[in-house]
Amino acid sequence: MTKTCLTFSDLTLGYNSHPAIHHLDGTIHRGSLTAVVGANGSGKSTLMKGIVGVLKPMAGTVVRAPGVRAAYLPQQSELDRSFPARVVDLVSLGLWPRRGLLGRYTREDRDSVSQALMAVGLGGFEKRPIDTLSGGQLQRTLFARVLLQDADLILLDEPFNAVDTKTVGDLIALIKRWHGEERTIMVVVHDLDLVRQNFPETLLLARQPIAWGETKETLRPENLLRARRFHEAWEENAPWCEPDDHKHGGHAHDHGHDHHHGSGPRAA
Amino acid sequence: MMETLYGLLIAPFADFAFMQRALAGSLMLSLGACPVGVFLMLRRMSLSGDAMAHAILPGAAAGFLFYGLEILPMTIGGLIAGIIVALGAGAVSRFTIQREDASMAAFYLISLAIGVLMVSIRGSSVDLMHVLFGTVLALNNEALTLIGGIVLVTLVSLAIFWRALVAECLDPLFLRSVSRLGSPVHFIFLGLVVLNLVGGFQALGTLLSVGLMMLPAAAARFWTMRVEPMCVLAVLIGFASCIAGLLLSYHVSLPSGPAIILSAGVVYFASILFGTRGILRARIIHHRHRTA
Repeated sequence: MTKTCLTFSDLTLGYNSHPAIHHLDGTIHRGSLTAVVGANGSGKSTLMKGIVGVLKPMAGTVVRAPGVRAAYLPQQSELDRSFPARVVDLVSLGLWPRRGLLGRYTREDRDSVSQALMAVGLGGFEKRPIDTLSGGQLQRTLFARVLLQDADLILLDEPFNAVDTKTVGDLIALIKRWHGEERTIMVVVHDLDLVRQNFPETLLLARQPIAWGETKETLRPENLLRARRFHEAWEENAPWCEPDDHKHGGHAHDHGHDHHHGSGPRAA
Repeated sequence: MMETLYGLLIAPFADFAFMQRALAGSLMLSLGACPVGVFLMLRRMSLSGDAMAHAILPGAAAGFLFYGLEILPMTIGGLIAGIIVALGAGAVSRFTIQREDASMAAFYLISLAIGVLMVSIRGSSVDLMHVLFGTVLALNNEALTLIGGIVLVTLVSLAIFWRALVAECLDPLFLRSVSRLGSPVHFIFLGLVVLNLVGGFQALGTLLSVGLMMLPAAAARFWTMRVEPMCVLAVLIGFASCIAGLLLSYHVSLPSGPAIILSAGVVYFASILFGTRGILRARIIHHRHRTA
């Protein structure tokens, strides 16, 4: 019996009272590797923000199992690249969960920073100022920081943007290593071939979950077609969502059995 | 030769108590204000410092209105006004869609107008000049103690919150994902800005105290790629500017506040030209490059 890592119950996330994630129910199992796919504006990044707690839910809850520490690599980092810092300074931020505000960095900490950089193929980059890094190098630097955070739950929002093929391979290998270490991983990805090859589970979003479960099942053509029909724009005068519009129950994410998540978009 | 040098550089401080006090006060101010200025600059809030300096005015004016030219009431008044504006502007930018520059501008303009109004109710323009431009050559023990306390609080706070402050500047979203310290650190930092401006306005006046905060920081940016050396360098530039400014003010009988700030200005322009990341260096290096 696997344990749950994340539980969504009736989770609605959004901006200005318009939902970007609408009534999401289900669970993410500990040690699972899930790809989150969907069109632009389908709520993928919003879901990530909701899980990490940067965005507060409009309704419902997302609950982390006790003791689960999350590491989050956002799609649009608020990183200030003109800040006078070196690669080692940026990566060392990943020591925060271990050392906090005042803990001294030890020799082992410095070694683990070097090892993390080595693991993403940036060995010897410690002293480089961050404003001299290329886009792909910066992305790998941020991966090194995630590595250092040593989190149980790893959330990566479009980590393969602006990254060359070889580096994507390296990063996938890193993700698989995390997967082997029983960490829970959710990755927002656009490349469906990449998903089919590397991710056991997939959540297909179009504001609501279209399908959720084993990747092969989820990415079937009829599901993808339904996801594509999703209407991206907000409607200013869309009716208010009443509590009775959606049903509870019957949505438990039953791992290893049938997957009946989000039985299609509910009546709008 | 040695005697001329002594007469030029040492004697003014050795012979006159008021010069010693001015030196002690301004050096202490540099110690606290310059590192704060570095962070202000790195957070792209350089002009917010200016705005905050204006915002302090009504508080100082209220103190002046009720107690005359007394240091403690004016300082406390300035502190209260500064904190109200910092918290108000900070809260508006944190919790609404308006960015900090706009909310800060709104708050400080209102505050400045109130301040000018209050000063004009009571006094002549000479009083206004006092509040605006300060009197570094008339620092009393009370003022020196106050500045010393402010410097102590500043350095201790910076030491404690250093890591969070750097993280909040470098990658605020990351800090939010691992810690709840983001917002508190922002407000603590704004508090330090206010504290140092209030400390400075006795010596340099509300308008110029922000100069000692920003100019050394802006100059130090041209010399280094790391925060720690940048803060140290800013403090050293602040020290040099204070000494040079006071000597200049003594020998040529210039007003001390502007003399100090203009000295820092000279360092700033020199740094633009000759700094390791300055114009000339960039031009020279441009002609040569390595193979990899």
